[in-house]
Amino acid sequence: MNLHTLTIAQAQDLLAKKEISSVDLTRAFLDRIDKYDNTISAFITVDPGLALKQAEQADQMIAKGKSQAFTGIPVALKDVLCTKGVRTTCASKILEHFVPQYDATVVEKFKAQDAVLIGKANMDEFAMGSSTENSAFFVTRNPWDTDHVPGGSSGGSAAAVAARFCAGAVGTDTGGSIRQPASHCGVVGLKPTYGRVSRFGVVAYASSLDQVGPITRDVTDAAMMLNLMGGHDPKDSTSAPEQMPDFTKGIAMFKEKGLSGMTLGIPREFLNLKGIDPEVKTMFESARKTLEGLGVTIKEISLPHSNYAVAAYYIIAPCEASANLARFDGVRYGYRDMDSDDLIEMYKKTKSKGFGPEVQRRIIIGTYSLSSGYYDAYYGRASQVRALIMDDFKRAFDACDIILSPVAPTPAFKIGEKVEDPLTMYLSDIFTLSCNLAGIPGISVPAGISSTGLPMGLQMMSRHFDEMSLIRAGYGFEQAVNHIELPEF
Amino acid sequence: MAHLARLDVDDELKETLAGQLSDILDYIDTLKDVNVDGVTPVSGAAFMNNVLREDKQEPSPGPDVTLANAPERDQDFYVVPNVVK
Repeated sequence: MNLHTLTIAQAQDLLAKKEISSVDLTRAFLDRIDKYDNTISAFITVDPGLALKQAEQADQMIAKGKSQAFTGIPVALKDVLCTKGVRTTCASKILEHFVPQYDATVVEKFKAQDAVLIGKANMDEFAMGSSTENSAFFVTRNPWDTDHVPGGSSGGSAAAVAARFCAGAVGTDTGGSIRQPASHCGVVGLKPTYGRVSRFGVVAYASSLDQVGPITRDVTDAAMMLNLMGGHDPKDSTSAPEQMPDFTKGIAMFKEKGLSGMTLGIPREFLNLKGIDPEVKTMFESARKTLEGLGVTIKEISLPHSNYAVAAYYIIAPCEASANLARFDGVRYGYRDMDSDDLIEMYKKTKSKGFGPEVQRRIIIGTYSLSSGYYDAYYGRASQVRALIMDDFKRAFDACDIILSPVAPTPAFKIGEKVEDPLTMYLSDIFTLSCNLAGIPGISVPAGISSTGLPMGLQMMSRHFDEMSLIRAGYGFEQAVNHIELPEF
Repeated sequence: MAHLARLDVDDELKETLAGQLSDILDYIDTLKDVNVDGVTPVSGAAFMNNVLREDKQEPSPGPDVTLANAPERDQDFYVVPNVVK
């Protein structure tokens, strides 16, 4: 049996029946990392000794009959989640040697079930980027074609799942950073509702937009992982008190009654956008037909302000980033420039030596947009446009249960293609970032493969706290669409 | 702006940044086309107000944990360059 090909659900089942051990499963993934991660570069930190120790512990728990859903399941974490005693870099030089003294709440939840934390995955520095090329350490390659980016910013997590270096991975999504790399790597990515999953211990980029979520082989695994990750956390004041249903019920619902009674909306503004690859359009058209075949009603809807989402996002996110990243001043943790004998000079040198160009670019945009005299015209206006975008979604969800769109306007681009042109890179987030501005959940499900052999994902978005509909429709779509085999290696 | 942001941007990066930032700001200016009269701005997506917790003492992790990542420390203090000249 090829243990690395098991989904989380399959591995759980075999572990429970004691047909496999967590140590064997973990070894299978570690072997693959050892063989192939020289090429893919999905991980910043892997500690095989620690992973195997956790696997042994998990096997003991299973032997004692104290097994829980994720006991013994090897999972990768984006290197933005604090892990006690294990270096957490955010793919930045400024945190290259930072060892957290506590675990993020999400990490605690995995540990409480004796999951195996197999490694810390590469990302765009501080989650700023759409290609993982902004990592201060190295570029992650797309397992489908190593000349291409895996997407970003959770590119290491998505590549690790697609390369079968782990059973599932945790990512974060501020403007599409779970969904877009999942789409580019042919795996499932779920951005939960803002507040569904605790952000405690997750290094902040843009606090009103950041959300933690699963990247998995299929929708079933995403539902199981959300079950574990979600729930109210008193340590995060934006964490929602809403009840956590069992999200695998969405799958049972599909099995029982399909998608009958569901209305799916397609925003007319998205259909006429410039710059969408013809193959993405074909994929979207065929996804629509697949869903119609499942008995849904499809309606054209309108999100009148969606054309302004990129502009609003690229003010709001940098404003929040410029405030959040002010803490990396060389005083309490992280890199410090030791040659300055003046405090302000120390701050400046520390940051400019510690942060890469994209991070500095966003700090400057944010500082500018918040500065006296420009605040109203930039941050103020962007926050009003955000309110209009939220209203658009509210109205749209009066007419439909799920909004459909592609995840990205093109399949994964080539490494280096957009590095010099940040604006074009920003525009590639067009379909994903309004979801973050509104705080609603969104899922990316593999929907097709381009003529060049690269996967493309379908995005579904639903009402606040209605991830259940995404699981139900996502699962239905996944079963109906031609099965997408991950690249063999 | 770099000074306000407490950055020490070198000349080479300054040049690239200037061009890129002006493209980005031109694009962002499309927001001026939106009619926002009377729209109340939103700053988040959490829809909660005044999240309070009980005001009770919790154990502190102590200086060794708190200062574990300090770039420079002296006993239980962070050391920084001269502030007052």
